[in-house]
Amino acid sequence: MKRTRHRSRAWVIARTDLHQFVQARDFWLPLSIVALLFFVVIPTFLLLIISTVKDVKLVNQLSGVVGSLPAQLKHSVKGQKGPVKASYALAVYLFAPLAIIVPLTVSSAVGAHTIIGERERGSGEFLAHSPATERQIYLGKLMASLIPGYFTAAVGFAMYSLVVNLIVGPQLGGWFFPTGNWWILMLWVLPPFIAIALAVILAISARVSSAAAAQQSSALATLPLIVIAYGVSSNTIFKGHLVAFVIGALAWVIAVLALLRASRAVSRERLLGMGA
Amino acid sequence: MALDQGGPAVALRGVVRSFGDVVAVDDLTFEVPTGTVTVLLGPNGAGKTTVVRLVTGALQPNAGSIRTLGLDPSVDAQGTEARRRCGVVPARPALYDRLTGRDNLEYAAALFEVDPHNHERRIEEAAARFAIAGALGQRVGGYSTGMRARLALARAVLHDPDLLLLDEPTAGLDPESARAVLELIDDMAESGKTVLMCTHLLLEAEGLADQVIVMDHGRAIVAGSPAELSRQYWPAARVVLDAADPSALDAARDFPFVRAYERNGTVTVDLEREADVPDLVDGLVRAGARLTRVEPCAPSLEELYFAIRKRAR
Repeated sequence: MKRTRHRSRAWVIARTDLHQFVQARDFWLPLSIVALLFFVVIPTFLLLIISTVKDVKLVNQLSGVVGSLPAQLKHSVKGQKGPVKASYALAVYLFAPLAIIVPLTVSSAVGAHTIIGERERGSGEFLAHSPATERQIYLGKLMASLIPGYFTAAVGFAMYSLVVNLIVGPQLGGWFFPTGNWWILMLWVLPPFIAIALAVILAISARVSSAAAAQQSSALATLPLIVIAYGVSSNTIFKGHLVAFVIGALAWVIAVLALLRASRAVSRERLLGMGA
Repeated sequence: MALDQGGPAVALRGVVRSFGDVVAVDDLTFEVPTGTVTVLLGPNGAGKTTVVRLVTGALQPNAGSIRTLGLDPSVDAQGTEARRRCGVVPARPALYDRLTGRDNLEYAAALFEVDPHNHERRIEEAAARFAIAGALGQRVGGYSTGMRARLALARAVLHDPDLLLLDEPTAGLDPESARAVLELIDDMAESGKTVLMCTHLLLEAEGLADQVIVMDHGRAIVAGSPAELSRQYWPAARVVLDAADPSALDAARDFPFVRAYERNGTVTVDLEREADVPDLVDGLVRAGARLTRVEPCAPSLEELYFAIRKRAR
């Protein structure tokens, strides 16, 4: 019974935060535009240009680029023309980092606001006097920040898959995306990375005194993480299943430790605007 | 979880709470008897808000012990139960501006575990009680200050709390909203609930308080019922007088039982005992005064407060 209550109070907090997020069009609209740009507009534009290129010199150059990519890729596009090879490389390999960076940015933005927002509005006082435990408040805030990130990842991934299959698929004889490594990236590697970034951001958000400071500090803290994520996502795609699984497992361990540590940052006193 | 059924609703013993070098609450000891209205009086910075936060466990004391409804709010499970049975109206309404009034109340109902089958009914009742039922569908960001205060009040009583804590509840309110607050306190007291209210506006505490605690610099200077405090800090009898020729009342200065005399439009006389009032009237008539007013006067809370503060200094 107690466990059910714990979960339900955390979910009540998360649900209310998400409700506020949905109501804040000025907040989510720019984030959606960024996601749309990276998952749909830019890939569509680049894939259309590359797959329809007629310049022989450029085609040879593109084939050269593909030649320097991993053997797995070369095998996948063996016998294809230069533009098709290049489109495949771009779709399957070179856009992979975006899949991790965009959801991470969305979750970071929500996370940076979630606790500091309570303090700035003064609504933190309501939560501080409520029966919710500090852990429930933390879990609620965590869920409210993770869900928009994972939602962006899922929707972005679906839209990106559609774009890739519609533009490159016909030249490769049908729909081919997502590949196995992309599934691993999206389901196994991306979730812990978003969680790690959020642990850092929630810890910062609970300590600083304004939303602007939270945003700045979070950007600074997540920058190295984005660089790492960029490398990790590339490796996940390039190096095969086993490496991807190991990277994901490591990320999960770090994420759990980081989230446990970050839970200490949320306290009633901080919700009241003290101890920042 | 032991509930102290017969004990006070709130008990603080030697509580200390500092913020850095600033001592907000200093060795504070007092009790709020169950089913009474206690008013914490004091200037800004006296530590009243900190007391409210300590009582719910939103803040932890550096020293001393606190029992709220018989529970220790600093212990996880007991604190959760204590907070579930408290309703708090903070100095700032602490509402969610992007949500509607109804969303705000539903959030509170879910957090405070109002029976889901009764959510709607409780929300409608609370909103109607504070005359905001018609605005429940609007976003709180568009509410006036008075509407926000009314919504905060509705939220605080939604779960039918045993202990209501109000922190400067009428600050910045229009007279109608302020009256709603005072009526709520009255209703709560009548239904046997306990109310702890902080204020620096003495008029609003007048007539409501069963107990007054005057705070300054984090300490309780004095505590007691208004009647007890009157006996302690007020002359035995004060009488307001007027006459056809007020200067004729100056004869009272020389009466042996008169402790203080002041003529400023009307005349105020402090006597040693209430039994001296007939002698005062008789003496003045003999001195030739044609009295038009003789009014025994109890001190207002404001007068009492300043008398206490004056003596404390």
